[in-house]
Amino acid sequence: MSGFLSLHGIRKEFNGVVAVDTFDLDVEPGEFVSFLGPSGCGKTTTLRMVAGFEQPTAGTIRLAGKDVTYAKANERNIGMVFQSYALFPNMTVAENIAFGLRVRKEEGSARSDRVSELLDLIHLPDKAKSYPNELSGGQQQRVALARALAIRPQLLLLDEPLSALDAKIRDDLRAEIRRIQRQLNITTIYVTHDQEEALALSDRVVVMSKGRMEQVGEPFEIYNNPATGFVASFVGQLNRLPVTVEDPALGRIRMGRNELRTTSMIEAPTGAGVSLMMRPEEITLDDAEENVLEGIVETVTFLGSIVRVQVGVEGSKVIADLFNERLLELPEAGDSTRISFPPHACWVMA
Amino acid sequence: MLPFFLFSGMFLIAPAIILAYRSLEGPDGTLTLDNYRALTTDTVIAAYSMSVRISLTTAVIGGLVGFFLAWAVSMGGLPRPFRSGLTTFSGVASNFAGVPLAAAFIFTLGRIGVLTALFQLIGVDLYGGGFTIYSYWGLSLVYLFFQIPLMVLVMLPALDGLKQDWREAAENLGATPGQYWRRVALPVLLPSILGTMILLFGNAFGAHATAYALTGGLLPLATLLIGQQISGDVLNNPGLGYAVAMGMVFIMGLSIVLYSILQRRSERWLG
Amino acid sequence: MTISTAPIPVSTDAEAPEAPARRNRFWAWVIFIMTAVYFLIPLGATFWWSLRAEADKLGFEAYRRLFEDANFWPSFTESVVNAVAAIFLSLLIIVPTAYWVTLRLPRLRPVVEFITLLPFVIPAVVLVFGLIRLYGRPPLLLTATYDSSRVLLICAYAALSFPYMFRSVDNGLRAMDVRSLTEAAQSLGAGWPTILRRVIFPNLRVALLSGALLTFAIVIGELTIALFMAQQTFGPYMANLTRSKVYEPSAMAVVAFALTWAAMGTIALITRPGKRG
Repeated sequence: MSGFLSLHGIRKEFNGVVAVDTFDLDVEPGEFVSFLGPSGCGKTTTLRMVAGFEQPTAGTIRLAGKDVTYAKANERNIGMVFQSYALFPNMTVAENIAFGLRVRKEEGSARSDRVSELLDLIHLPDKAKSYPNELSGGQQQRVALARALAIRPQLLLLDEPLSALDAKIRDDLRAEIRRIQRQLNITTIYVTHDQEEALALSDRVVVMSKGRMEQVGEPFEIYNNPATGFVASFVGQLNRLPVTVEDPALGRIRMGRNELRTTSMIEAPTGAGVSLMMRPEEITLDDAEENVLEGIVETVTFLGSIVRVQVGVEGSKVIADLFNERLLELPEAGDSTRISFPPHACWVMA
Repeated sequence: MLPFFLFSGMFLIAPAIILAYRSLEGPDGTLTLDNYRALTTDTVIAAYSMSVRISLTTAVIGGLVGFFLAWAVSMGGLPRPFRSGLTTFSGVASNFAGVPLAAAFIFTLGRIGVLTALFQLIGVDLYGGGFTIYSYWGLSLVYLFFQIPLMVLVMLPALDGLKQDWREAAENLGATPGQYWRRVALPVLLPSILGTMILLFGNAFGAHATAYALTGGLLPLATLLIGQQISGDVLNNPGLGYAVAMGMVFIMGLSIVLYSILQRRSERWLG
Repeated sequence: MTISTAPIPVSTDAEAPEAPARRNRFWAWVIFIMTAVYFLIPLGATFWWSLRAEADKLGFEAYRRLFEDANFWPSFTESVVNAVAAIFLSLLIIVPTAYWVTLRLPRLRPVVEFITLLPFVIPAVVLVFGLIRLYGRPPLLLTATYDSSRVLLICAYAALSFPYMFRSVDNGLRAMDVRSLTEAAQSLGAGWPTILRRVIFPNLRVALLSGALLTFAIVIGELTIALFMAQQTFGPYMANLTRSKVYEPSAMAVVAFALTWAAMGTIALITRPGKRG
């Protein structure tokens, strides 16, 4: 097991409380890995151990073959971007970007060349002499990114860099981060609680909960084949119907008087009570040959590109996300309706 | 609103205006700047320069000590209760000026003071060596008792305004703790430090009660001079007394304006 | 990618660097102890003196003599009455002003802030100079009798308290978002008297009390203005005592320090986060 960055058996306790437990990860050069989880899941603590702001209680961190577990933060040559931007308010944009080069005693002309190079990279060449408080949040975060990249770091860490920004700017900057990361081919770790960000940006996603890794995988894999109930419910919306197993081999299950079928594996024995899971976007209101349930429309929420319909089915609530086409006929609350989903789109969990 | 303006007008603004008006009035009732020209009289110069020296000394020393003390309890790794204890104590000590403070120092470093006696026991004769509590250094020592706590009270929130993220960002970019303080923390704190030192300057410059209680009228100080001028015309020139008072208002006003400007900049950075 | 469950021992490659924090703590202690010595010695020395009024033994004789001094209680009570009067006068003027400036006339805020800062610009000795010159002769003769001078003194104290009172009340109003509260009360049908009495004042209690206590701490032993207005209050009494007696002033200083401590300690107590209202 080796990687460009490798975390091995990382554990962190704060006054006896375990924040991160048995964290193992190998990151390849140029890879973009996200740590995804709710607040308090240990993702930021793990990132801070990589940066050198915290020391693990146990385990080792290796970077480019060197053990850096207890190396000082200012000797790791890792670039970091903070949620609060953390730009130095007493310095101009150019001075902020040059800071890391200045403390490295890099020569003046090389320094200013590097600064203008980075200002071009972040598309802010005319803001060199501005102070941080004269910039918008999105601009400040781009400067913070440039500052972190200026020192030619071996590794780039981003700690919820978009959380403090407005939705529109967030999307723009998200694309920008990905573009720059690709362009520089820099190994990157990205911490976020926003599953959309993690899925959109990453080569691989690490889903964390309560200090533990729940699943590691490519975004597609995480979304479509969640390994645990936590991953399934945290990443994306999920419907959960109580069913009983009829025939595990054939994938037959029953909900009340409805026969249902799944193509995924059922590990529970006949007669066991389990949950049938499915994504809202895979449910349709059309009639189909199988997996049809009858219900009453409870609410209809117009969300722009999506219309979210909540249907009550035998005491359970099912959410169906319908793509908003012009010809879509919206149901109304109180209507009785049929919902259906293909057998390959649902799976059983205990 | 009206009562506020009326009241301030009667008891703050009008008294200042009448002094300003009188300071421009010659003995014969004509408008003149003679009184301001007379400010170069030896007595006045002596009083002002002593006031300025004491205020500068206590502002700089009080400012530095207060800053380091605030740093010690907020980021120096001292036990947590020290901080709230010091905050309360600073609230007390910064308001503990006047007669009781003067008395406390007389009992400590006066001729019969406890510390004076202790020094005598180990063979050091303070007063024989030329020291007296009724002097420039003596009064400065007394003023520091309220200057240091005032600095602490203003600096604690300013130090809290230093974001942990700035330190980590600097460290992450390769800066040593020394480089972080030199290039980030101190420049960011500088407006607040300087502004508060100016505030301390004004605080000492306008202080009357402590100096009066300590020295009576022994030390030439601007505030004491004005006090004497109220009771009787010690300058033999009523107009000059008004000019001395206006000079004080001018210096105090200047220091408050500088303080506000620096404080505003500091708030923009540390807010 | 591997997920291992076996516990991995702590790496021994390098030791955790704790040295800078320890060096900081050393200097923090040095600074703290040195300043503590500077602050505690005068207090300790004064306290020690106050116990030595009787020859050859320590005791509270100085305090007994102080409290039995014919002028102690009259001057002290007079100062307390003055302080309370000044506080109420100040509250009566500042609370509505701060309220209106926050709610109705934000344009006037800079002006009001400037005026409330004037006591910092006009030192007490200059203020009393001006007051005497202004009210010391007809037609506004206020210094003629002791009682009229006393009224003038109280007014001056109220003016002196403006910076503290305004700041305190203003912070209190900001903390409670006075605009929303007022609008909410209005929409529920409350009139102005009800809003002030039932909504604003209860929420401002802490701010008002700390402003009042601060004013009290400053005014109770005030010397300069009282001295030149020939008032027999606590400040001039203490100054006189310092000059005329040997042991009583030390007891007096200890009592004054305790009074200031009580006022500031109460403020610290009531303004502690989580203990509002």
